[in-house]
Amino acid sequence: MIARIVSPRVFRGLLPAFSLTVILIAIFYLQPRAMSYFGLNLLLNLALPIAFATLAQMCVITVNDLDLGIGAYVGFVACVSATWLNDQPAIGLLILAGCIVAYGALGALIHLRNLPSIVVTLGMSFFWLGLALLVLPTPGGKAPDWVRAIMTFKTPGVPMTIYAASAVALLVHFGLKRSAYGVVLRGVGGNPRSVERAGWSVLRAKVTMYALAGFFGVMSGISLIGLTTAADANIALRYTLLSIAGVILGGGEFVGGRISPIGAVLGAMTLTLAGSFLSFMRISPDWQIGAQGGILIVVLALRAIINRTEARQSR
Amino acid sequence: MIADRLNTLFAKPWIWAFLGAGLVWLATIAFTRGQGAGEILSAALSFATFSAIIGIGQMYVITLGPGNIDLSIPATMTFAGAVSMKIIDTQDSMVVPGLVIALTCGAAVGFFNYGLIRVLRIPPIIATLSSSFLVQSSAIAYGRGLKIKPPPILADFTTAKILGVPLLALCVIGLAAVMSVVLHRTVYGKSVIAIGQNPRAAQLTGINVEFTRFATYVLSAVLAGLCGYVLSGFSGGASLNMGADYLLASIAVVVIGGTSVAGGFANLPGIWGAALFMFLLVTMLNTFGLTAGVRLILTGVIIVCVITLAGGRKT
Repeated sequence: MIARIVSPRVFRGLLPAFSLTVILIAIFYLQPRAMSYFGLNLLLNLALPIAFATLAQMCVITVNDLDLGIGAYVGFVACVSATWLNDQPAIGLLILAGCIVAYGALGALIHLRNLPSIVVTLGMSFFWLGLALLVLPTPGGKAPDWVRAIMTFKTPGVPMTIYAASAVALLVHFGLKRSAYGVVLRGVGGNPRSVERAGWSVLRAKVTMYALAGFFGVMSGISLIGLTTAADANIALRYTLLSIAGVILGGGEFVGGRISPIGAVLGAMTLTLAGSFLSFMRISPDWQIGAQGGILIVVLALRAIINRTEARQSR
Repeated sequence: MIADRLNTLFAKPWIWAFLGAGLVWLATIAFTRGQGAGEILSAALSFATFSAIIGIGQMYVITLGPGNIDLSIPATMTFAGAVSMKIIDTQDSMVVPGLVIALTCGAAVGFFNYGLIRVLRIPPIIATLSSSFLVQSSAIAYGRGLKIKPPPILADFTTAKILGVPLLALCVIGLAAVMSVVLHRTVYGKSVIAIGQNPRAAQLTGINVEFTRFATYVLSAVLAGLCGYVLSGFSGGASLNMGADYLLASIAVVVIGGTSVAGGFANLPGIWGAALFMFLLVTMLNTFGLTAGVRLILTGVIIVCVITLAGGRKT
């Protein structure tokens, strides 16, 4: 019984929660005043858009691809939200729906022509950035009032971010990990050929995952604009790397469709907090990205140790 | 007879990159009514040099097989450029030690990348991405955001021209020729190709797979270091975002140049063709007087189209 509880499998599953706890405790130790509603709100302010971007990346990683254009895409969505969605909501929504369709089409193109997703999405990052510059040549625009109202809504107990992130994580968890079609979707990452032989369409699965990624990208852009109130084409470029790091921190693997939606959201929060942690430590912001890389390597090292213990035990 | 020759020529995967470059060049000078045709070509040779250097390294890495890619190239360029320029401190006498330092920086990153891949058993994409965070941060912390000027002799060398042909481009064409011989005529080069085609078979024939992978990641990082060094000389100093444009460039020149993304089939001449194509493409869009937004959109669309056409020919 005890052996089952302390098995490497459980450890691996708990690793994302563990990293988040460690960094939270460290922050509370350095700055006890952060342990309040207001403090948590400030700390986790930007966690929601990053969590959405991370979920978008996770969808693409599930089918063994990688999206290097998600940051520019979120930036474009933010620009549309701060202009069209505010001035003419109907057209704004139409554009955003078009974005999701475009993402699905991208998935179809990558699958049908057997293209390297890295190159295609990197190329698309130019496309999105260019579109964003056309929509909003200079930083500005205005977030729609309803978006602003949702993002600054004061929930009882803990900040809105925590409720929203938990809800989304659970929703995606049940959709991908517990539903019948979720197994097929993850199976495409595990063994596309056997999924195909079992009579499922790999094309449809890929389009679904890419469209989902597009949807989460839209959510990321809208929630981001609700926090920043104005937009800029370059606003989310760093999300590309952050989202990949978040998925990996959350226990996702690059091949085999092994992903964890709850872990991905926790990973995104850990990365958001890492920045605040550094400033509390009085470490210069120069090392911000370096610290994210460092956290990534430490977590991957821990996972490698766990995997090896598991391999030894099973022998 | 001539038809036969033409057929063999068109069967070469690299011919398309050169044809594309030629077409784009013709379109540009048609627009300017022949003005500046020579200058454009000369500038293209100058700027393509840098993409070609890192493209060679990336090509070796990609040829190792699916999943092999070096995402740390831009960070390594920035790091090697900043460190070498700071140590040289504009003294002409330090040019050669500076070069050694830049190459050593590259080699160190390569060691580190391979160490992560090997020790943590993580996919190269994640390993090189995590290390690029650390390397980029080191460069920022070390360079302190200043543009560090190159020594005059390096600046002169990197911008020198013989009869309008950039001297540096000639050197790198030489480098490409040497690396082509290494690829097709040495045990190491043939090992890289063999591993890309079938790592298991390569292992069974007695090829030292791990050493070959190690050498390849170090080679890629060393070339990135070299590129950072000469680019610092060419562009009037090492700046902290100088690597930014080269992530797409390093991958795109390899794929557009006709190297198989699935690994196992490398193509060196194509790298030069693709590097020229990429620069001439931007020049053409600039010449047409388009705004930044439209230019980025067209760059993205053209890259995706070219990949779709080039990547679909073989699986």
